[in-house]
Amino acid sequence: MKATTFLRWEAMLAAVLIAAFIVFSMLSPYFLSVDTLSDATFNFTERAIVALPLALLIIAGEIDISVAAIIALASVAMGLGSAQGIGSAGLVVIGLGTGLLAGCINGALVTIGRVPSIVATIGTMTLFRGAAYAVLGDRVLKDYPASFATFGQGYLIGPVSIELTLFTLFAILFGVFLHRTRWGRVTFAVGANPVASRYSGIAVNRYRFALFALTGLFSGVAAVLLTSRLGSTRPSIAQGWELEIISMVILGGVSVWGGKGSILGVVLAALVFGLTTFGLGLMNIPGIVLSIFTGLLLILVVAVPALVSRR
Amino acid sequence: MEHPLLTLADIRKSFGGVRALERACLELPRGAITALIGENGAGKSTLVKILSGIHQPDSGEISFDGTAVRIATPQAARALGIGVVHQECLAFDNLSVAENLFVNSQPTKAGLVNWPELRARAKTILRELQADFDGDVPAGRLSIAQKHVMQIARALTHESRVLIFDEPTASLSQRECTELFRIMRALRDSGCALLFISHKFEEIFELADRYAVFRDGVSVSAGRVSDVTSDELISLMVGRPVSQLFPKAEIRPGAELLRVEHLSRDGEFDDVSFGLRAGEIVGLYGLVGAGRTELAQVLFGIHPPTSGAFALAAGTSGLALVPEDRQGQGTVQPFSVAANIALPNLARLAPRGWCNAALESGLAREWIGRLGIKARGPDQPVHQLSGGNQQKVVIAKWLARNPGILILDEPTKGIDVGAKAAVHAVTTEFARAGGAVLMISSDLPEIIGMSDRVLVMRCGKIRGQFTRAQATSESLLRAASDA
Amino acid sequence: MNAARSRISDSARRDLAFAALTLVLFLAVTWAFPGFATPRSVAGLLDDTAILIMLALGQMLVIMARGIDLSLAANLALCGMMAALFNRAWPDAGVAPVLALSLIAGGLLGACNGLLVWKLRLPPIVVTLGTMSIYRGTIYLLSGGEWVNENEMSRDFLAFPRGELLGISALSWISLAVAAAFGFVMQRSKTARDLHAAGGNPEAANYSGIDPGRMQFLAYTTCGAIAGVCGYLWVSRFAVAYTDIALGFELSVIAACLIGGVAISGGAGTAAGVVLGCLFIGIIRSSLPLVGISAFWQMFINGAVILVAVLLSARQRQFKRTILEARA
Repeated sequence: MKATTFLRWEAMLAAVLIAAFIVFSMLSPYFLSVDTLSDATFNFTERAIVALPLALLIIAGEIDISVAAIIALASVAMGLGSAQGIGSAGLVVIGLGTGLLAGCINGALVTIGRVPSIVATIGTMTLFRGAAYAVLGDRVLKDYPASFATFGQGYLIGPVSIELTLFTLFAILFGVFLHRTRWGRVTFAVGANPVASRYSGIAVNRYRFALFALTGLFSGVAAVLLTSRLGSTRPSIAQGWELEIISMVILGGVSVWGGKGSILGVVLAALVFGLTTFGLGLMNIPGIVLSIFTGLLLILVVAVPALVSRR
Repeated sequence: MEHPLLTLADIRKSFGGVRALERACLELPRGAITALIGENGAGKSTLVKILSGIHQPDSGEISFDGTAVRIATPQAARALGIGVVHQECLAFDNLSVAENLFVNSQPTKAGLVNWPELRARAKTILRELQADFDGDVPAGRLSIAQKHVMQIARALTHESRVLIFDEPTASLSQRECTELFRIMRALRDSGCALLFISHKFEEIFELADRYAVFRDGVSVSAGRVSDVTSDELISLMVGRPVSQLFPKAEIRPGAELLRVEHLSRDGEFDDVSFGLRAGEIVGLYGLVGAGRTELAQVLFGIHPPTSGAFALAAGTSGLALVPEDRQGQGTVQPFSVAANIALPNLARLAPRGWCNAALESGLAREWIGRLGIKARGPDQPVHQLSGGNQQKVVIAKWLARNPGILILDEPTKGIDVGAKAAVHAVTTEFARAGGAVLMISSDLPEIIGMSDRVLVMRCGKIRGQFTRAQATSESLLRAASDA
Repeated sequence: MNAARSRISDSARRDLAFAALTLVLFLAVTWAFPGFATPRSVAGLLDDTAILIMLALGQMLVIMARGIDLSLAANLALCGMMAALFNRAWPDAGVAPVLALSLIAGGLLGACNGLLVWKLRLPPIVVTLGTMSIYRGTIYLLSGGEWVNENEMSRDFLAFPRGELLGISALSWISLAVAAAFGFVMQRSKTARDLHAAGGNPEAANYSGIDPGRMQFLAYTTCGAIAGVCGYLWVSRFAVAYTDIALGFELSVIAACLIGGVAISGGAGTAAGVVLGCLFIGIIRSSLPLVGISAFWQMFINGAVILVAVLLSARQRQFKRTILEARA
């Protein structure tokens, strides 16, 4: 946790962010308006909200690639609830509850079942997404109460959306949690050396379980926001998001090996990601081509430090 | 008289700042079994690793059959004809025995494995060794003793002429040992040079023709087994006068703080009972595999016991463990000194959750002072400190918690004299203040100098209890090693 | 002592048990739906499972070498599109160049994964997650988002996998041949045996002069090459090529491997087991419509299969006397 490397990566990300800003405003006349920028935030807030707890999980030495599938499952659950006539408040509870439950399943597989988190979450990713498909088939659920749309589509003050506000709030909470509290310290310890942590009296498995549950819960939050913004649920909702969310985390300077990372980095990475995808979208570059960038970026971000340390 | 098959002269090897071997010499004659004797930390495993090609000596000469050689890799060792039977089996459980013997050296024809030839050769070798299993059995099904035999067989596939056995009888039954010795004698009679590391004197006198004693990384003596007695060997091993190197204070023991009753954990230790009183330092001596570390782990709570119980007296404020592996288990290497010391103390340092850098720094500074930790400051990453200072950090982090009972597992292994003295001083201080100490150590002078009582474990059981007066190097070593 | 004398290896025992299970499943479905066991129906089952079998065999190599390949389906799709585009541009070139192109392209794509894992020691999950989206996105770049339809494919291109011999399609024959080849190579080839060793105990393998990273590289390249050829076969069989073909199929492949006895911890797996695993999944998939369960349950079933397989595998794994194994 050296202060100098900490700042170096974040500074680089900040520089990239500013550069991206400048480039896009030159490339597109529409870019530099408050409304556009406000629209831009929708591009990443939901993913970024999941990136926050996932960062903690990866810092603790685990991984969860079922996050997008959890979003889908939670969304389906909410859609079904809505079809039963449950109101917005109840839908939120359903969404969060489903996410939390899914996260607990992941946590149980890893801590009690002793399944490595990679494989466990590949399994649950398939299971949860599969459940969404099994329940919905090729149907679409669209009957959401009008008030439900506020979460994803509403604005708090002026151009600042509720989603952006929530993300900012969560980012601050997670940042404080990770960098200022003792549980955050434990997260770093568990990722850096789980054995020594155990020998320091830390209940390592309990932490792991809690982090998986937390990731599930916030996937539920993202599901609420996304479903509310789209106003509909398909089983393919959030397809491919796990790659983007993991990329945000890794791009944010979180080490894949665990024990290192910062929330500030993840926030900056989310901004870079969101801005870039939005900007490219404005230039009519289709999403699937963007995923090439995401994939390349992910590999570069892990490959470059590996190359450097080999010298 | 022909020259020895393998000679090592003036080998030096250091790891980090710690000298593992210094002027080490060894001669392995053909057709003889040489026993390599020494306490834990005397340099035996380092020597074996150098002969296996895993480590390179910093200086010194190795000669094989009269020619100077360099054993750069495990391949090179095998090519020379050096085979090693390690203590932990590097076996491929997912492959058959026959295949294990020929990994990466299978008889092939155009890139395809010639299975009939492979199986035939395996059968021949296994038959020569009179093994009680055949080549088609999956290696994962073999017992440890059988895996040793398999390793010997693998060494023989390369027509090894030098065979090294690193504590091969550690987990074997009497019958399995007899079988192993028969094989070793047969190999010796066929002209191989065998090196046999063991602590068990009965075995040494039964099996070995020659001996070589190491102490603190130096070869101390060598000769024929028939010319020496076990007492003489022990004094050669121990060597140092056990004098007042350690600040042993007379402390009257107080109330019992820990009671252990018939504690057992399957496969590790069995029926262990003892008590620890306030102000007492109890030494726990034993050889590798005796079960001491496993006992400590159960007491600390890493693993549950399979039967029996232990209890802390009411009002005792907890049990702390300073583990054996200070880099892997004792410290989080990338963390700073302050962060390491804080780790088990977070509940106290951050009662409502908020980490307070000033408090942590202050705590770290306090212990840096009290233990004389040589660090630039509380923020220095622990991996930059020397072994001795890292050990002080581990001790500090637990002492900061004020436990009632302190278990130290090999606390001064591989650290310099000055740091050793500091650790001992702190331990004595802790006892004086009313704590109880269980000190696991393989360093006889340390155990004898520090302990009020010594318990000796062998093969998972407590084999002897010695008062301070009764505890001598000879008596402890004898209790720990008699087969 | 008796156990040590037993000649049947653990994996053979497992495969036999699983074969019995698969047979029982087949018989159960046939008993409920007699039409399931007609030669026509069985041939159809083989045809449906053929590509899964080949991909699973390739993935088996990767998992045995202690890796994983999530980019498998994207590789397939990209090579399939390349094959279709090539064919559209040179319809008279015949099938052989198409096969060669798919094989080489797939192999190169797999080799990229392999190099990153071997030389830079990057975690396979991150590498293949990245290459998965790079390869998928490249399909779009190549095709401009357009589909290649049946009427744009040459007759040879389409006919190749459909040719019939003894009532079984050429595609099925190819997969059986690949399975047989794997069975042979896994047993007889020195490199394959080195792969087994490297996956079973990488540390011991190192001491024996085998580079586990190099084994991973070879596994990824082979897996990629197979995926490439399967790309052509898929596109030809379904007579269409577009960006999203085989989306998510890598999960079915992994499920088939896991249920077929390929241990996620490495070093264990047989061609027979994998084929059985594919047949097992294939039987379930084919019987779903008969039972009235929509095909949409397929993914859920795959997920359940994966979880059951890894839970059982985790319980069997022998723990050495270390406290915790550092993860990731």
